[in-house]
Amino acid sequence: MRSQYIPVLIQLALAAGFAGSLLVLTHLFGPSRPAAAKLSPFECGVDPVDQAHHRFSVKFYLVAMLFILFDIEAIFFYPWALIFKGAISSGLFLLIEMGTFALVLLAGFFYIWRKGVLEWA
Amino acid sequence: MMAWAMEWVPVLIKILVAFFVVLTLTAYLTLAERKFSAYMQDRCGPNRTGPFGLLQPLADGIKFIFKEDVIPTEVHRTYYVLAPALLLVPALLGYIVIPFGDTLIVAGRTIPLQIADVDLGILYIFAIAGLSVYGLFMAGWASNNKYSLLGGLRSSAQMVSYELTLGLSLVGALLVFGTSNLRDIVHLQTGHWDLGPLSIPKWGIFLQPLGFLLFLVSAFAESNRLPFDLPEAENELVGGYHTEYGSMKFAMFFMGEYIGMITMSALATTFFFGGWHVPGLAALNLSHNAAALAGVAAFCLKTGFFLFLFIWVRWTLPRFRYDQLMSLSWKGVFPAAMLNVFLTGFCLYAFHRFM
Repeated sequence: MRSQYIPVLIQLALAAGFAGSLLVLTHLFGPSRPAAAKLSPFECGVDPVDQAHHRFSVKFYLVAMLFILFDIEAIFFYPWALIFKGAISSGLFLLIEMGTFALVLLAGFFYIWRKGVLEWA
Repeated sequence: MMAWAMEWVPVLIKILVAFFVVLTLTAYLTLAERKFSAYMQDRCGPNRTGPFGLLQPLADGIKFIFKEDVIPTEVHRTYYVLAPALLLVPALLGYIVIPFGDTLIVAGRTIPLQIADVDLGILYIFAIAGLSVYGLFMAGWASNNKYSLLGGLRSSAQMVSYELTLGLSLVGALLVFGTSNLRDIVHLQTGHWDLGPLSIPKWGIFLQPLGFLLFLVSAFAESNRLPFDLPEAENELVGGYHTEYGSMKFAMFFMGEYIGMITMSALATTFFFGGWHVPGLAALNLSHNAAALAGVAAFCLKTGFFLFLFIWVRWTLPRFRYDQLMSLSWKGVFPAAMLNVFLTGFCLYAFHRFM
C-alpha cells in the first residue's frame, strides 16, 4: 500500500512551504539595522575570544557510537515483538532466542559500564 | 476524475484542518504555559492583550515576524538559516499518523479520522523524530558561538540517549498489542474487562504500567522539557543551541519543541489511554457520527491532560545535572526497559499457557 504515504508527501510539501515562508517573511518584514556589536557572537557582552569550533569532550563521540550500536539492536526487538503474539504457542522458544540475543547485548552493556564509559564526572 | 476527487478531497481537508489546529494549539500552549506558570507562582501572567490575555499568542507571532532578522557575521550562513526549518519540518510530519478519532460517515462514505493510516505507525514517528537532532546540532554548530556549540552537543547526546529508551519502552506495548499500526492499537483498547463488580477499560496503562512510566520519562527528555531541559540550561549556557537566533527563527525552534510535546502527548494517549475510546460510551447507543465526535473530544481531553502534565512537572521538579541525566538514561531507563520487555513476554506466555 504505497498510497498510505501520499498524505505524508502532501504534509511534507505543506510543512516545508510553511517553514520556508516563515524564514522569508521575517527576512522581508524585519528592519535591517546592522551594527558591529549586534553581529558579533554573543559572549555575555565581552569581546569574543577566538573561534568557537574547538575540540570538545570525546564523551560525546562515545555516546553517538553507543547510540548507533544499541539503537540498531533495539530495532531488532521490533519485528520480534510484532510476531510474538501470533506465535505464542512457541512463545518459550521465542523468549529464549531473544533472551540469548539480549544477553550478548547486555554483556557488551555491562562491559562499557565497567569501563566507565557511562561516567560523566 | 470524480472518484479521484472523492478520495483525495477529504484527505486534503483533514491535512489543512489538522495543520491549523496544531499550529493554533501550539500558539495557545505558549499562553497556557505562561498562565499556568504564573498561577503556580502566585502571579497573573499575561493579561493585557485581550480578555485574559487571549490575544497574546497573536501579538507574539506578529512581533516575531516584524523583528530584525539578525544573521551574525561569524555564522555559517546556509546551515544557520536552514537549521530552524530542519527542526520544524520533522515536528510537523510526526503527528499525522496518529488517529484522533474513529470513522465519520459523510454522504455514504467512511472517512477515518486520521491523516495517514501508515502500517509502520510507531516506527514512522520514531524515524521522523530522529531527524530533528540534525536541526538541533546544525543550529549549535553553525552559530559559531561557544554556548551554542555546547548546547548543541549536550542536546544531541541527550536526545539520542533518550531516543533509544523511548523506542525500547514501547516494545512491551507492542508485544501486548502485536501490531505497529496506531489505529489497530486503539481498536484493541476498546472494550472492558469485567473483574467482579469492577469494569476496567482495556487501556494499555493497565497492562504496561512500567512501560508507561519509562515512556513518560523518555518523552519528557526527548522534548527537552524540564526536568531535562539541559540544552537550554540558561544559568550555564545562556540559551543553548538557539543563543544566536532571533525573530521568527527563534520562534521556529519553540514551535518545533511544542509540536513535539503535542505529538508525545498524543502518542501517550494512543498507546496507554485508549486513544479516542470513551469507557461506557457504547452503552449510550449514540449514532455512529455522534460517538465518533465524542471520541475526538475524549482524545483531545486526554492529550490536553498530558500537555498540562508537561507544564505541571516543569514547576514541580528541579533540573537534573548533566551526569545525572545521562546515567538516568543509560543506567536506569535502559535496563528497566529491557526488563520490561522480557517481563511482558514472559507474562504473555505464562498467561497463554496456564489460563
